[in-house]
Formats: sequence, structure tokens, C-alpha cells
Amino acid sequence: MEKFETLTGIAAPMPLVNIDTDMIIPKQFLKTIKRSGLGVNLFDEMRFDRQGNEIPDFVLNKPQYRETEILVAGDNFGCGSSREHAPWAIKDFGIRCVISTSFADIFYNNCFKNGILPIVLPKEAVDVLMKDAEKGSNARMTVDLEAQTVTSSDGEVFSFEVDSFKKRCLIEGLDDIGLTMEKASSIDSFEAKASAERPWV
Amino acid sequence: MSSPKTLYDKIWDAHVAHEAEDGTCLLYIDRHLVHEVTSPQAFEGLRMAGRPVRAPEKTIAVPDHNVPTTAGRNDPKNMTEDSAIQVAALDKNAKDFGINYYPVSDVRQGIVHIVGPEQGWTLPGMTVVCGDSHTATHGAFGALAHGIGTSEVEHVLATQTLIQKKSKNMKVEITGKLRPGVTAKDITLSVIGETGTAGGTGYVIEYCGEAIRDLSMEGRMTVCNMAIEGGARAGLIAPDEKTFEYCMGRPHAPKGAAWEAAVAYWKTLFTDEGAHFDKVITIKGEDIAPVVTWGTSPEDVLPITATVPAASDFEGGKVEAAQRSLDYMGLEPGTPLSEIEIDTVFIGSCTNGRIEDLRAAAEVVKGKKISVKRAMVVPGSGLVRAQAEEEGLADIFRDAGFEWRLAGCSMCLAMNPDQLSEGERCASTSNRNFEGRQGYKGRTHLVSPGMAAAAAVTGKLTDVRELM
Ligand code: SF4
Repeated sequence: MEKFETLTGIAAPMPLVNIDTDMIIPKQFLKTIKRSGLGVNLFDEMRFDRQGNEIPDFVLNKPQYRETEILVAGDNFGCGSSREHAPWAIKDFGIRCVISTSFADIFYNNCFKNGILPIVLPKEAVDVLMKDAEKGSNARMTVDLEAQTVTSSDGEVFSFEVDSFKKRCLIEGLDDIGLTMEKASSIDSFEAKASAERPWV
Repeated sequence: MSSPKTLYDKIWDAHVAHEAEDGTCLLYIDRHLVHEVTSPQAFEGLRMAGRPVRAPEKTIAVPDHNVPTTAGRNDPKNMTEDSAIQVAALDKNAKDFGINYYPVSDVRQGIVHIVGPEQGWTLPGMTVVCGDSHTATHGAFGALAHGIGTSEVEHVLATQTLIQKKSKNMKVEITGKLRPGVTAKDITLSVIGETGTAGGTGYVIEYCGEAIRDLSMEGRMTVCNMAIEGGARAGLIAPDEKTFEYCMGRPHAPKGAAWEAAVAYWKTLFTDEGAHFDKVITIKGEDIAPVVTWGTSPEDVLPITATVPAASDFEGGKVEAAQRSLDYMGLEPGTPLSEIEIDTVFIGSCTNGRIEDLRAAAEVVKGKKISVKRAMVVPGSGLVRAQAEEEGLADIFRDAGFEWRLAGCSMCLAMNPDQLSEGERCASTSNRNFEGRQGYKGRTHLVSPGMAAAAAVTGKLTDVRELM
């Protein structure tokens, strides 16, 4: 997995609440058997009309946001389905960090498995960063995972919480299947004990 | 004496295979359900790393999302090319990795969350995962059931565990009796209306109370199915005699002495008196009305007797979202919900595609004709379909003008050809009314099976109680 340490880049504002996984990547793009190449379909129905033309009003279509690497979003980002195509599409577009007051659980987890950092901040902080993101490409935010901070283009610093295990995996780019396999003996002994206690499972 | 535990605590504790100092656990997984959309990349990952499936006997696969629900679907030529590729990939992966499989041609095929319980794979006290958010459905059995992403699917295939931290406990109690015409779907939508779609984030919900106890297993599955729409990763209902009766005799349920031992254990699966919940919500059963959604979030719930709200009725970020919903849904504030005309009715999905749902809809439809452009019933599995035919429900639907389809996800998410066209308005028994969910610019109103049937008959969103 690609490592995530620090990131300085353009942030795009998407203040809409409850942005769901059907908006992030509509189902017609779930028929792939690969993980790559979904960036062109990110936010498809908001981004393109039916003829495939860009909708100029949509934030990521605006010239100043084409190179967006950070998304500042409304509450409850990523709600809906478990489709990992959502973080795949986000990552493939070039976005490595999403900031919101809250994320849907499965989406939040899926981000970490794909080198994307989802950051939860209180509403007041997200409001400040949303305003900052509205400034366009001149305003670059900095995210520092080791220090657990987001710094606005004006130098205002916000600290965030992140699970220590998830943080380590992201910073070191660890493959968690490999990590779990190192604990195979614990799994073996659990399995033996459980199948004695609950043989019907 | 140990401190009192919730049902969630008990199942969790019984499945921790390893705990790190920071509380990160490896949770052992008893059943892993797999479908064609979220699994190809996971199997590919195993192949690339040269890893086998650790417990193929606990892994069950069925194609459901992509499959057409019309005759002749065993022939891949009748699927779109990319759908056929995904289904063929699952066929191959199931065979190569030696997992349990119900192919499209098998009468037991159906929606993964309907097939699991039906075949007795889902049992009380288990941990169940699937690369699908509606895995919450299995919580109706008192099983801890999570939806997971594809990387986690690969993790479970390889290790039979999931890396997890424990969630918080939430209790949702529905007291007293439901009024006539009010169903499990109305309960679960009303809870989301109350908590919002993020209200359950970080929690596992235990549903309890008299109204929940009174529900059949089918109804309980409907309630738990939509725990995810409330933001919770899992919903739980303590097992009881109804649960045991449902499980008994199912192909993969234990038999004989093993059954007795299992039941004895299952009877210990309840929340102890005095156990701690981090959040408690109580709703009176008699306060719940038949509801519909008006917007594009499952929290946009109102009783059918209400009117379309205005964006100004909301606060904060929801104002913009509500306005966007109203525009998308093509609705004027102040319009009575019961005057909204419907083009299409969809009865099916893992929320409401079980036999009891079809019975409830058939009761409303019986002897009447539809007055919508199209109405379809898509049974949740081949076995539900067969049973409905045997009970004469299929004839009732067909006589009324419904299409009687083969099993699958169908118009719940419209990955197969069953889709809404632009602006088409649908009364649907599924679980998501998101923009574009049932087809590009399609408009979805979520309802119970009885309400969907009533809409089919009158051509408008209708209070099912008027037809009872
Ligand atoms: S019926 Fe709908 S919600 Fe259920 S598994 Fe299929 S697509 Fe998902």
C-alpha cells in the first residue's frame, strides 16, 4: 500500500451533507474486476451530463480544483454501501485525504486500506477549512499524519485524532493481511478452542 | 460475579482471537458470504500472493447483484458483457478456491442476505461478514453481522479474521404494540427518521421491546437490514423461540445432539439485566405510522398522512441537502404525500423480498388491477419464488398486472437491466433512495410491501390502511 506521511495540496469544498457512495461512484462502474482506473468516474452523475460533457458548476470541474488532493466535505461523508470502489475512485482521481465532521463507518475503514486519510474534525474546524478550500488553488492545506495536524493556508493548525494502529499502517504502508498472518498461531488456537465449544459452527 | 454484559459484548468476547495492547482485535469470523461485485479484486489479491482461502467450508458465495431477473438468464449472452464477466469470475473463484456456491442456475440462488438465513448458514451467536453493507440483516438472529470492504473481504478469505475495534452499544427499544397496517419496515424507517443517517455511526444497535419480540423472523430481518441506513455497522436482536424454530431443520443448521447443544448456548445470548448501553432510544410502537420517504436520504421519512416539507423546515447543512432532494424528486413543498403519482412499483430486495413480504403485498393486491405503468415482484430467492407460486401469490400478482420475476437484487440498485428511466417515480420496498440508485435520475420512495402494493393499485402513494 502507498504510504501516507504528509501532504500539501489543493483542497476542494463539498459542503453537501450525506454524500453517499452512489454519488461517489455510481453502480454502473462497479462492474469492473480491477481496482484501478475509476478516477474518471468519480462523482460521475454530478460531474458529467448524460452526453459525457463536464458540468462546469461542479467543483472538481472548475479550473482551480482540477488538481485537488484534499476534499473538505459535509457531515456523514461516504454513507451507503460497502463498495471499496468509492475510495478506489477517490484515490485514482488523485485525492489522498478527506476531511469532514463524520464519516460512515465502512467507508472510513476502506480509506485506510487504500492509502487515503479520512480526518474527522469538529464542526467549527471543518467550517474554517471549508472557507479556506473555497479560496481555490492559491490556498494549499497541509496534512501531517505523524503530527496529526491539518494546517490551513493561513497557518491555522487543527489537531485530529486517529487510531494508532491505522496510523502506523498508513505511515509505513503496511499490508495488514501480512501483519495478521504473523498472528496465525493465535488464530489456530482460537479456532481449536471455538470448534470444541461450538462444534456446530 | 462478572459484570453484566450486553448481547453484543457476549458475541464479541466469544470471537476475539487476538487483542493488541491498543485494543485492536482480530475478530474470528464464523461465516463469510460473498457476491460477485465486491469480491473479484479480493480473490485476485489472493492469487497474486499465492494464498488459499483459510476456511472454504465457512465461505458461501452467490451471484445476485448483476443477474438478470428474466427468463433465459443462465445464458451469459443475456447479460451485459461486464456483468457476465463478474458472474463468470465468481463461478471460477468459487471453483478454484473450493467454497460453497449457489450459481445462477441453482434454484436456491438469490440475494445473499436471503440465501444465508434460508440455508441455515446464519445462526445465533455467530460472526457474519460480507462485502455488502446490508449484512446487518443477519443480526436478526442474534448474530454479529458486519458489512466490509473488498480489502477486508480479502483479509477474511486469507485469515478468517477481521481487524476490529469494539463499537459502542446502543439500545433501540420499541415498546408496546404496532397499530394495524404498520410493519417492520415502518419501524426501521421511523428509527432512522428519529436518529438520522449518521445517528448510529460507531455503534452496534440492539433492537428490543415488545414490538420487536412480536415480529416474525422475516420482520426482524427487515429491521436489522436497515441498521446500516441509520449509520450503525450492525443491528442485533436477541434470539428466542421464534429464532430457533426458524433455524430448525435448515440444511446447514445443526441436527440431533448438536442442535440441543446449540440451543442451550443460544439461550445464553441476551443482554444481562443492568448491562450498560452508551445510548438508548425508546419509541412507542403505537406512535409509528405507515411511512414513506420524500427525499434522497433514508432519514427523509414522514407518515403517509403528512405533506412534502420545505427546505426551510431544516437547519444547517441539511437545508441545502433538502432543497437538492426536493429538486431531484420533483416535489413541491406542501403537497400531500398521498397525492404523489407513481409510475413504477418495485417489490423485492434483501429488505422486503421474503415470503412474508410477498404475502403482505398480495393481500392488498388480491382481485385488483394495477394502475401504474409497471409493477414488478422480484422474490429474494428461488425458494421464496417457489413457495410464493405454491401459495398462489404469483397468480395474484400476475392477475393484477405485476411482472413476476426471477430472484436477484434487481431494481434495488439497478446493476442489471431493471432500472428506472429519467424522472420515473417508483414506490420501492428496497432500502436506499439515493440519487440515481434505481436508475439515472430515477425517483425512489421507500415504503413497506403493503404500501407498495397499495400504490400499485391506486397509482399514487397511498395509506395502506385505506385498502385494508
Ligand atoms: S437487494 Fe439491494 S441492498 Fe440488498 S444486497 Fe442486493 S443490492 Fe444490496
